[in-house]
Amino acid sequence: MKRFAELIQQLETSNKTNDKIAALVDYFNEADDLDKPYVIAMFTGKRPKRPVSTALIKLWAIELSEIPEWLFTESYHNVGDLSETISLILPPPVQVSDRKLHEWIKDLALLNGQEDSHKKTIIVNAWNSLETRERFIFNKLISGNFRIGVSNKMLVNALAKQSGTESSKIMHSIMGKWEAAGITYNDLIAGVHVNTDNSWPYPFCLAYALEAEPSGLGEPSEWQAEWKWDGIRGQIIKRNGELFIWSRGEELVTDQFPELHFLASELPDGTVLDGEILSIKDGKVQAFSILQQRLNRKTINKAQLNDAPIGFYTYDLLEYNGRDLREEPLANRRKLLEQTISQLADQGIVALSPVVTFSNWAELAELREGSRAINSEGIMLKKLDSLYHSGRKRGDWWKWKINPYTVDTVMIYAQKGSGRRANFYTDYTFAVRDGNQLITVAKAYSGLTDAEIKEVDRFVKKNAVEKFGPVRTVKPELVFEIAFEGIAESKRHRAGLALRFPRIARWRKDKKADEINTLDDLRQLLQSIL
Amino acid sequence: MALIKFTSKGIYCAQGDFYIDPWKPVNYAVTTHGHSDHVKWGNKAYLCHDLTKSILNHRLGPDLNIQTLPYHKQITINGVKLSLFPAGHVIGSAQVRLEYKGEVCVISGDYKVEYDGISIPFEPVKCHTFVSESTFGLPIYKWQPQHQIFDQIKNWVSGNKDKNKTSVLMAYSLGKAQRLIKGLDGYADIYVHSSIANLNEGFVHAGVNLPETIRITPETKKEELQKGIVIVPPALSDGKWIKTLTNPATAVCSGWMQVRAGRRWQSADAGFALSDHADWPGLLSAIKATEAEKVFITHGFTATFSKYLNEIGIESEEVKTQYENEEEEEEKS
Repeated sequence: MKRFAELIQQLETSNKTNDKIAALVDYFNEADDLDKPYVIAMFTGKRPKRPVSTALIKLWAIELSEIPEWLFTESYHNVGDLSETISLILPPPVQVSDRKLHEWIKDLALLNGQEDSHKKTIIVNAWNSLETRERFIFNKLISGNFRIGVSNKMLVNALAKQSGTESSKIMHSIMGKWEAAGITYNDLIAGVHVNTDNSWPYPFCLAYALEAEPSGLGEPSEWQAEWKWDGIRGQIIKRNGELFIWSRGEELVTDQFPELHFLASELPDGTVLDGEILSIKDGKVQAFSILQQRLNRKTINKAQLNDAPIGFYTYDLLEYNGRDLREEPLANRRKLLEQTISQLADQGIVALSPVVTFSNWAELAELREGSRAINSEGIMLKKLDSLYHSGRKRGDWWKWKINPYTVDTVMIYAQKGSGRRANFYTDYTFAVRDGNQLITVAKAYSGLTDAEIKEVDRFVKKNAVEKFGPVRTVKPELVFEIAFEGIAESKRHRAGLALRFPRIARWRKDKKADEINTLDDLRQLLQSIL
Repeated sequence: MALIKFTSKGIYCAQGDFYIDPWKPVNYAVTTHGHSDHVKWGNKAYLCHDLTKSILNHRLGPDLNIQTLPYHKQITINGVKLSLFPAGHVIGSAQVRLEYKGEVCVISGDYKVEYDGISIPFEPVKCHTFVSESTFGLPIYKWQPQHQIFDQIKNWVSGNKDKNKTSVLMAYSLGKAQRLIKGLDGYADIYVHSSIANLNEGFVHAGVNLPETIRITPETKKEELQKGIVIVPPALSDGKWIKTLTNPATAVCSGWMQVRAGRRWQSADAGFALSDHADWPGLLSAIKATEAEKVFITHGFTATFSKYLNEIGIESEEVKTQYENEEEEEEKS
């Protein structure tokens, strides 16, 4: 446990990727062999069943630290992380424990189904035998939610370096189906479990954002253009009679989309499609807000199936007749993809994402202007001779998004950030004018520099109405230009509409609060795209 | 009539006609310590502890009207008895005790209860009214004993040496810097930025026993710095100077480093929760020891802390002041 706590501290205190990879390599060289698979599972988001509810954990922590609940809540607002708040607020430990990471994890797993009183004894005893840093880790083990800025790719690179294995092989291996309790570190790295697993997906090939004009990319004839869809990136796998749907978040989402299950009988074995899960109604791609009604639901009712029917636009073929196609150029993969899709009885639900034909960059730029009319975010540019890379590689795939919408707003509430910005007011709520009133339209936190955040923070501290809790009402004085990707009707918001992906484009120090946009401006925009 | 009032210029004692740590110019300013949010330029006269004088001269200029006082010695101003007691915050920091017609009020300025090895330790003073800071007035702030923190700093320094990195500690030039110098004495050669060296000279001149340090000049060799420990004020953390060092590894020393978010917010490689302010148990024990009937809470988690005091039966009120937290903002000097 101590070695792992040390790793976490190293990962958190460096912001350089190379340092983090070095820390991970050191860890995997030195750590207990039985701990390692658990650490990989944790970093790749494989969560064990949560043995104790957050409410109970919080209750016991409050009891043990002998403070009122409101004070615990205040502290939590300041820290921004429940596990950490608890680790700091508890009285100092009374004994020392040398239990290993995997032993703690096994202890926790054994708590499932036990009486609350038993759970409490075990957990309080653990708290009393761990110092702050280890307590924090222990609390994270309970929640299973361990996000500390290690991407899958970073982890894979570290494991590749440590073991001298090819990184794509390790990516396959750790994305497959395995349990930390049932595999050794060496077997996991060697990938002994993946060949027998029908479900394993390929790492997605990702695109970089195109910042400049595409004319710098060379000859248009070397490129394939497609619409960039605003849905969920998905990989559909059919092997040995079984169908699997993976999302970009490396989650298996097969059950969520029954509309696509017919592929189990129609796709040939050994087929892997890459594409976008979308809501498609009468052949038209719907806005993301429609698709959203279908995401992360445990059960789906008739109305949802009817209101937000699912479709899949496919744009790549990664496996064909059981053969890995990723080393083939895009042009070849596309031909085989078209062939595969043409074999489907119904091409309304699962369809080819169309290729946008163009003869010069100016023409493509013009076509791109029409993106919004078909609920697309812009254009994807893929080199016809490009291979299917694991992750992001500069130069072969580009996303050329349309410029966002913008609206000028005034800040009316500020809240202290969580995570790395817990001491500063970093989360803001913005309003537009509606007659004599200000009406909230967006919350955003990203988009300012650290220096600007500090400046806003000072403003908030000077101009805040003091009260408990994390939110401060501030004088409506600071004007911000908010960029957003879409707008939809919303009954949940008082404004009657909701912005998609709002973020701060810039601080308009040149504007006064009476120069901001009105709610009518936004309503007009909403009407224009319905 | 109460002994102190909170006015737009600062904490005012009407009976004695003087202010304590005013933030606007007044005729007579009693000064608890030399941090810039507690001492402003432009007062006609200053009263402070003997060891704070050199800091005021250094920061505000040589031609000030400064009267000094050792700890525990009582003087009378317009009938108000005034004396200074150690606050343990930084060298020369003082609590101001006022007494008038049997009524006692103590204004503590900034303080901490743990002995830092270099400032005279905090001394609780019984009073009717106590004015306390609340910089770290949340129960998540519980400091580790300082020897443990120094062990961690030494470990970090030795790890940096193994990787041929230069260890750069960022610490406030008044207080934290001297504490680090004392705590790391003998472990490696300590190189200090000129703003710290200047303050140290003042202290040494006033008779404080400070370990020897080396002032960094443009001629100082980078290889020497790499072998030693470099201490600079936080104002330099954004600057280019650190980048000119050989493989710099930076660490912030501040109570805010207690929380992961605080550590990551600073773009430093490490953070050590070493603070010159009282932690939660420290604040509570200090306040209880005064046996005060009324406690005023200034700068920090004022609302939260005074609400809690009221709940545990200590009458308390939050007060708006213009004191800041020097652990957050280093003046650009």
